[in-house]
Amino acid sequence: MAAPKKGRRPTGAQGRPGRALAIILIAMVALTAGMFLTKQTTPRLGIDLAGGTSITLKAKSEPGKPDAINPTNMNTAVGIIERRVNGLGVTEAEVQTQGKDHIIVNIPKGMNEQQAREQVGTTAQLYFRPVLAFTSGEPAAPNASPSGSPSGSPSASPSGSGAPKAGDGKKASPSATPSSSATSQGRALSEALKAPGSPTPSPSASESKKADDNKAPTPSATPSPDAAASALQAKFAALDCTDEKQRATAAQGVKPEDPMVACGQRGDTWGKWVLGPAAVNGQDVDDAKGQIDQQSGQWIVTMQFTDKGADKFAKITGDLAAKQPPQNQFAIVLDGQVISDPSVSQALTGGNAQISGGFTQQSAQDLGNMLSYGALPLSFQEDSVTTVTAALGGEQLKAGLIAGAIGLLLVVIYLLVYYRGLAFIAIVSLLVSAILTYTIMALLGKGIGFALNLPAVCGAIVAIGITADSFIVYFERIRDEIREGRTLRPAVERAWPRARRTILVSDFVSFLAAAVLFIVTVGKVQGFAFTLGLTTLLDVVVVFLFTKPVMTLLARTKFFSSGHPWSGLDPKRLGAKPPLRRSRRTGSGTVSAPVDAKEA
Amino acid sequence: MSKLGDLGAKLYRGEVGYDFVGKRFLWYGVSILITITAIVALAVQGLNMGIEFKGGAVFTTPKTAVSVAKATEDAEKASGHDAIVQELGTGGLRIQITGLDTASAADVKKQLASDLKVDQAGINADLVGPSWGEQIANKAWTGLGVFMILVVIYLAIAFEWRMAVAALIALIHDLTITVGVYALVGFEVTPGTVIGLLTILGYSLYDTVVVFDGLKEGSKDITKQTRYTFSEIANRSINGTLVRSINTTVVALLPVGALLFIGGGFLGAGMLNDISLSLFVGLAAGAYSSIFIATPLVVDLKEREPGMKALKKRVLAKREAAAARGESPEEGYGSDAEGDGEGGPQIVAQTQGRAGRRR
Repeated sequence: MAAPKKGRRPTGAQGRPGRALAIILIAMVALTAGMFLTKQTTPRLGIDLAGGTSITLKAKSEPGKPDAINPTNMNTAVGIIERRVNGLGVTEAEVQTQGKDHIIVNIPKGMNEQQAREQVGTTAQLYFRPVLAFTSGEPAAPNASPSGSPSGSPSASPSGSGAPKAGDGKKASPSATPSSSATSQGRALSEALKAPGSPTPSPSASESKKADDNKAPTPSATPSPDAAASALQAKFAALDCTDEKQRATAAQGVKPEDPMVACGQRGDTWGKWVLGPAAVNGQDVDDAKGQIDQQSGQWIVTMQFTDKGADKFAKITGDLAAKQPPQNQFAIVLDGQVISDPSVSQALTGGNAQISGGFTQQSAQDLGNMLSYGALPLSFQEDSVTTVTAALGGEQLKAGLIAGAIGLLLVVIYLLVYYRGLAFIAIVSLLVSAILTYTIMALLGKGIGFALNLPAVCGAIVAIGITADSFIVYFERIRDEIREGRTLRPAVERAWPRARRTILVSDFVSFLAAAVLFIVTVGKVQGFAFTLGLTTLLDVVVVFLFTKPVMTLLARTKFFSSGHPWSGLDPKRLGAKPPLRRSRRTGSGTVSAPVDAKEA
Repeated sequence: MSKLGDLGAKLYRGEVGYDFVGKRFLWYGVSILITITAIVALAVQGLNMGIEFKGGAVFTTPKTAVSVAKATEDAEKASGHDAIVQELGTGGLRIQITGLDTASAADVKKQLASDLKVDQAGINADLVGPSWGEQIANKAWTGLGVFMILVVIYLAIAFEWRMAVAALIALIHDLTITVGVYALVGFEVTPGTVIGLLTILGYSLYDTVVVFDGLKEGSKDITKQTRYTFSEIANRSINGTLVRSINTTVVALLPVGALLFIGGGFLGAGMLNDISLSLFVGLAAGAYSSIFIATPLVVDLKEREPGMKALKKRVLAKREAAAARGESPEEGYGSDAEGDGEGGPQIVAQTQGRAGRRR
C-alpha cells in the first residue's frame, strides 16, 4: 500500500483532475464576479419572504368560447393588468402568466392591497362617451402607458364592407390631419381655459347633453344636475394628468351612466377630458381590428357593432356630428383612460365604422384588440390572495435559513462521524454546490425574474440531502473497492464509473420529478420545483467536476492512501479482504470467507 | 461508527445479512396491512383538507392580548362563518375562516383589526377561492400521471420493465402510506402537503434506483454461473447496498427533519411545516419500500422467467449433488426462492472472478 508518488499522472479519461477543477473554479469565479458586477448580490425575494401581496387569477372559460384562453389573450391580459397595477404608482409590481390559464400578480409591500385587488380583477370596462370638454398639453411621462393611443386626433367614418365603396364617398372629412388635430386641440384648450373662470361652460354642456339624450340609458336619479355638474367641473380643474395616481383614480367608482373626467395620452402629452355618460359600451362592439386602408395606405381601425350597438352608435354619432369641436368627438375610454377620441362629421349608421388618423401598425392593432375584447380579453376569478407583512416575511426567511443551517449541520456531523476524513471532501463539495446555487439564484433574479420564495428555500434545504446522497454513493463504492482489497488509487478510479452511473440515473429521476412538477403546476410549487431541478443539475456538475477530481488528487496523499484511521478509508476498519478475516457470526466450521465477488 | 463500518463490510461480503427476499411475504403482508389501514382510514376518516381546498381566509395577526376564545367569537361574528383560532409561538393568532369569499375578506380583516386591537397593516391574510386547492390537486394528479409514465419508460430503458413495474408499485405504496398517515393522524392537507407528496416521487425512487443499480450489476452474468439463484443474488444486492441506502436516507431525512422542527416549532404552522411533514413521512416510507418491497417484487417477476427458472433448477441440482457427495452444502448466504430463513454460513473457497469479472 505504498503511497504513490505525487505528480505521477494517472492514465485514462478520469486522470485530469486539474482541468476539471479549473473549470469549476472558473465557473465559480465568473458567477461570483457576475453577481457583483450586476450588483445582484442577494437573490430576489418572493412576496412571502419580503412582504407584499400576491394575487393569483385564473381565466374563466366562458361557454361558447372554448379557445378564448390562449397565449395571445393571456399576454394581452397581462399587459393590461400590468398597466392598471403600475397605474397605482407601484413600482416593481410584477404580472406574469403561469401555466396555461393563470396570472400571478405580485405587488411588493407598501401599497394598498384592497385598491390593487379592485384594479386587477375587473374586466370589460370599455365605453364610448361623448366628449364635453378637453384640454391638453401636459407633458406625458416617457414610459407611462404602453397602450396604443393614437397620437393624432383620429376621426371616425363609416366604412362599407367592401373597401372602395360607400365609405369612399361618404368620407367627407377624411382622417384628421395634423393641422385639423391642432385646431381641435386649440379650441378645446381655449374652451377649457375659460372653464375654471366661468362657472358654466362645461357643465352646461354636460347638462345639455343630458337633455339631448333623455332616452339614452340615463335613468339615474342624479341628485341635482347643477351640483353634480359643478362637482365635475371642480374635479376637472383639479385633475393633474401627469400624476400617475390621479390618472388611475380619476375614473374610480364612476358609473357608466354618469359623466366623468378622464385622462389620456395624446402623443407625448397628457390630455384631460370631461366626458358625458357612456353611449356605447364594449359589449356593443362585435368585432374590431387594425388594418391598412386600401386607399390611403394608412393604418386604420375598423369596427363592427352588434345590432343594438349599431343603433346606439348611429344615434351618438348623429348627435355629435352636429356639434362644434371638441364636442363632436367621442372618447373611447378603457379602464378610465381615454385611448382614442375620434371626431365625427356625420351620423354613422349601418353598424360599420372606421377610425383613421395617426395610427401606427401597433397602435391600430392594439386599439382593435381593445375594442373587440373590451378591457381584458378574458374574465378572471381570484384564486388566491396572499398578503404577507414584512414582519412575517422576515420571520419566514429567518426560519428557513435556520432550518437550512440546522439541516446542514446535522448532515455535516453525520458525515464526519461516519466518513471521517472523507467527510471533508463531502463538506467542501456541499460548499461548492451552495456557492453555485446561491450565485445562480442571485443572477437569475435579474435574468429571468426568479424570486426566492419559501417553497424554494424548502427545495434548497431538501436538496442538501440529495447532493450529499451522491457523495455517499461514491464513497460507499470506494469503500467497497477497498474491501475488495484494492489500494486507494485504483479503488477511486474503479469505483467512479459505477458510482457515476448510479448518480446519473438517480439524479435523472429526481430531475424528471422536478421538471414535471415545474411544468404542470402553478405558483409556489413552481419555485420549489425550480430549486430542486437546479440543485439536482448542480449536484451532477459538482460531483463530476469537483468531488471526483478532488478524490483523485487526495488519493495521492499519504493521509488517505495509507488508510489513516481518520481518513475514513482505513482498510482494516472497512474489513478489507486481505488479510483474511474469519466470519464471526457462524461457528459452523467455515474456513474462510473471502468474498466471491458480487457478480457471482 | 467503526462498528457500523464493520457491519457494512460484513454486509458487503455477505457474512451477515437479512434475508429480505426470503422473508418477502412477511413484508408484503406488513405492507398490505399498512396499505389497507391507510385506505380504510382514508375511506372512514377522510382527509382533513386545509382551507385552500374549501375556500376561505387565514389571517395571521401580530402579538395581541385578546384570548383565543374571544378572537374566535369576534371572527365568527365578523365573518358569519366558522372560525378556528390558534395561538402562535410569537403571541399572535392564526385565524382560519372557512367559506369566507375573497371579496368580503377585506371587511372582515378590518373588523378583526379593530376587535383585536392590532394594526390592520400588520395582519397577514391568505385568501383562497374555493377552487384553488382543487386546481392544485388536479395539477398534482396530472403531474403524478405524467411522471409515472415517464419514469416507467425511463426505468424500463435504464433497467428493465420488471424493475420499472416494481418501482412503480413501490412508489404507489409510498404515496398510499403517506396519504394514509395523513388520514389517520388528521394532519391538515394543504398545497404544501401536495408539494411534499410530489417531491416524494423523485426521492422515493432515488433509493430504489440505488438498490436496483446494485441488483443490475450483481445479476449481469447470472446465467453463466450455477452458484446462486436470482433471489439469492437479489438479496445479496440489497444487503450490499444496505449501508448506502441507510446513509442516503438518513442524510435526506436530516434536513427535512430540521425543516419540520423549525417549521413546527418556530412558525407554528405554514408551508415549511406542510412540505416537510409529508416529505418526512414519504421519505421514510420510500426507504422502507425500496428495500422491502421493490427488490423482492423484482425477484417475483424475474423468477417467472424461463431462464431464471432453469437457473434455479441447475443451482438446486448442483447443491443436491454436492450434498449427496457429502460435501458441505454450498449455499448462498441468502436464501433461495422458497425462503429458508437464516442466511446460512458461507463457504466460498474460490476467489474466481474476484477482480477479473468486475469492470
